[in-house]
Amino acid sequence: MRHLRTYVQIAWLWIRAAWQYPASFVLLAVGNGLVTGLDFVGLWIMFAHLRDLAGFALHEVALLYGSASLALALADTAISSVERIGTYIRTGRLDQMMTKPVPLLVQVCADQFSLRRLGRLTQAGVVLAWAGTYVEWTPLRALVAVSMIASGTLVFFGLFVGFSCVQFWTTDATEFANAFTYGGATVTQYPLSIFPREVLVGLTFVVPVAFVNWYPCLYLLGRTDPFGTPDAFRFASPLAALVTVGAALLVWRTGVRHYTSTGS
Amino acid sequence: MLHVAVASRAFRRYSTYRAATVAGIFTNSVFGVIYSYAYLALWRANPSAGGYDSQDAVTYVWLGQALLMTIALWGGGATDDLAERIRTGDVAIDLYRPVGLVGWYLASDLGRAAYHLLTRGLAPTLIGLIAFRIALPSSPVTALAFGVSVVLAVVVSFAIRFLVASTAFWLLDQSGVKVMSGAFAIFFSGMMLPLVLFPGWLGTLALGLPWASYVQVPADIWLGRHSGADLASALAFQVLWAVVLLAACHGVLRLATRKVVVQGG
Amino acid sequence: MTPTAQGPAPHGPAALIEVVDLERTFDVRRRVEGRRRRVRESVVAVRDLSFEVAAGEMVGYIGPNGAGKSTTIKMLTGILVPTGGHVRVGGLDPSRDRVELARRIGVVFGQRSTLWWDLPLRDSFDLLQKMYRIPPQRYRANLDRFVELLDLGDRLDTPVRQLSLGQRMRGDIAAALLHDPEVLYLDEPTIGLDVVSKSRLREFLRALNGERGTTLLLTTHDLQDIEALCDRVIVIDRGTAVYDGSLGGLHARGGSTRTLVVDLVDEAAPIDVPGATVRRIEGPRQWLSFPSDASAAPIVAAVASAYDVADLSIQEPAIEDVIRDLYSRGA
Ligand SMILES: Nc1ncnc2c1ncn2[C@@H]1O[C@H](COP(=O)(O)OP(=O)(O)OP(=O)(O)O)[C@@H](O)[C@H]1O
Ligand SMILES: [Mg+2]
Repeated sequence: MRHLRTYVQIAWLWIRAAWQYPASFVLLAVGNGLVTGLDFVGLWIMFAHLRDLAGFALHEVALLYGSASLALALADTAISSVERIGTYIRTGRLDQMMTKPVPLLVQVCADQFSLRRLGRLTQAGVVLAWAGTYVEWTPLRALVAVSMIASGTLVFFGLFVGFSCVQFWTTDATEFANAFTYGGATVTQYPLSIFPREVLVGLTFVVPVAFVNWYPCLYLLGRTDPFGTPDAFRFASPLAALVTVGAALLVWRTGVRHYTSTGS
Repeated sequence: MLHVAVASRAFRRYSTYRAATVAGIFTNSVFGVIYSYAYLALWRANPSAGGYDSQDAVTYVWLGQALLMTIALWGGGATDDLAERIRTGDVAIDLYRPVGLVGWYLASDLGRAAYHLLTRGLAPTLIGLIAFRIALPSSPVTALAFGVSVVLAVVVSFAIRFLVASTAFWLLDQSGVKVMSGAFAIFFSGMMLPLVLFPGWLGTLALGLPWASYVQVPADIWLGRHSGADLASALAFQVLWAVVLLAACHGVLRLATRKVVVQGG
Repeated sequence: MTPTAQGPAPHGPAALIEVVDLERTFDVRRRVEGRRRRVRESVVAVRDLSFEVAAGEMVGYIGPNGAGKSTTIKMLTGILVPTGGHVRVGGLDPSRDRVELARRIGVVFGQRSTLWWDLPLRDSFDLLQKMYRIPPQRYRANLDRFVELLDLGDRLDTPVRQLSLGQRMRGDIAAALLHDPEVLYLDEPTIGLDVVSKSRLREFLRALNGERGTTLLLTTHDLQDIEALCDRVIVIDRGTAVYDGSLGGLHARGGSTRTLVVDLVDEAAPIDVPGATVRRIEGPRQWLSFPSDASAAPIVAAVASAYDVADLSIQEPAIEDVIRDLYSRGA
């Protein structure tokens, strides 16, 4: 909790700093809004050609898309610049942070905090709200929905932090991590039934993004799993989130202990 | 001769990052697999969307992954060096050199593109061929035309990136413009969705903008959707944009030179 | 241990910094001509390093480029995990208890600023108050004092990017001290500063040590920093300490010589007197060197009685020469 407060204080300072360059601030905001807007137009064009995707109707796909997109936007806002940790290592900024009495991860996550995902956040929220009107709500479904967003955010958070740690060991092969982080984020935009069974197994046990939206949404939509996985999976998102974040923190600790700084 | 040397130096410079190349190929391939399944599902639901069949669609996916780095869709490449030199003011030295700045950076970017085509272009194509049986060009003429089209794609993309980098002469920092330009590039190149799926006026607009030369035009040539006079006009479309945009680069550079001279660098 | 002329004052068990047989190696991959793959090798940055620092000491930590100074400081602050030996600072293991230790130490890396580039100095300070949770009263008192001592008053509301190097450095030092650290590590704090800024900084550090008893460990390539501030010097070369003792003791280190400069009336053959050797001749001027611990009187007398002398002077060995001598013998 204490760390959360520090996080907010650092983040706030960064927002103020960004305001020092209003032109860049506005251009970046417009640019990111544009990315999100065009992303949405793409989705709309796709559905102009379809009535359903792998047996999922538009509002069902919208539920999948909206929930994953919201979780990703939240996680991405929270971690700010974890992905750029390699730059921090090279410039010695990480050394500086290590001499401050705030856990390193809190500092890195708050550093260069920006609201660039605001556009995506809004868009995801709107899509989700619309898709939500088709869900037959029960108290348990509402609970699953809330836990889905929270767990999804944590799963993405864990994936981004965990895979960014690659940079503690190598600064060359960092793109490798994108396959799992952004790749994981991309698959969640579709019903996972478009993939073969082996891919689903991978997305459940290796890069557990299936828990971000697929399993809980099956429950919200009252659908049976085309793959016939156990019903328990639909409620297992919090567990998956815990495991992912736990593993990520472990990798992070190992990375920090392995950290070799830079000469000079 | 000088330009060949510049290009081959850029080629060698990129070829030193071997681990990065392997990691990039891996990532391109993962995305290729993801989008292949997505497109297969899409074309299963609508088997003739945009006039493609499902094999065309999957081929399109892998060609897109193969061209992603070659055309530097996200920006970057030689023009990032330019933006940096503008920011630091070193560009003043370049402007007084007897060698044309545009030609110099174009040569360098072509060297980079050649490296990316041979590695991050070829490898995903092979993987797509093995894993998803993507279509191959039906004749040597098609293959040759595809090669020409890719070179033109790089030139068009270079010219746009050069213009974006030149904004640094006035804004000092290209990053905001770069994000915007990247957003347009991804959408209008056909990287996000084939432009043939775009409905009505949006489709007409998209197919007329320079970004169409990035992915859509080369892919359609590869898929054999252009032949004869149609093929010639597809290539002419790219040439036209290349000429117009390169001329714009020269124009902007002249304005910038005047500005730098007036401000004393 | 290292040979010491005048060993450090014996410390009680309460040494603030304890370094025992410390070692740090780095695995680096290097491109070798004619080989496709880069070869792995391990670089020893610090080895067999032991020393203790008592609370309140001001210690100069010097050595040539690449000697391992920064690496040592990074291990003392917990940034790097030692590959051998052990470190304790204030009873804590720096790498294990890094966050806890951070409250009790201040660190300034001369080449890098910890301040927020685009924001006024004051904002950086305010954030540090929150990060360190410095009680408001304490914070205000410290801020006022440092602003006054460091002459930063009219700069508090200037964005850091508009500060001069010297102002920025003073800002960085104030930032490292707001939470009343017991130890302040300074890695090349005077790098790039002009003579006035340097001496102002030295004055400040001396005042700090006097007023608050803050322990200082300072690396530098400017020996005047050491002469102005430190009672004790540790010289490190190729990762290991080659001298640990007082500055005066460095002069007395074996091998160092004094120089007798003789201006003769006319040019002459090399002067030949017992106990001294001619090093250099320029016209009528000759340089004779003799051991530091020998008396100059008989040599001067011998020269004066045998030659027509216009002028005589004796040069003490420059500390630079002594240290250069130490570095080159460290092999
Ligand atoms: N992160 C690192 N990775 C690899 N080698 C390193 C690293 N940090 C330091 N070294 C090597 O360890 C040795 C000691 O470096 P260090 O930075 O401690 O020297 P220094 O005494 O601070 O030198 P300088 O006076 O130049 O600052 C050097 O040979 C350096 O190349
Ligand atoms: Mg150093």
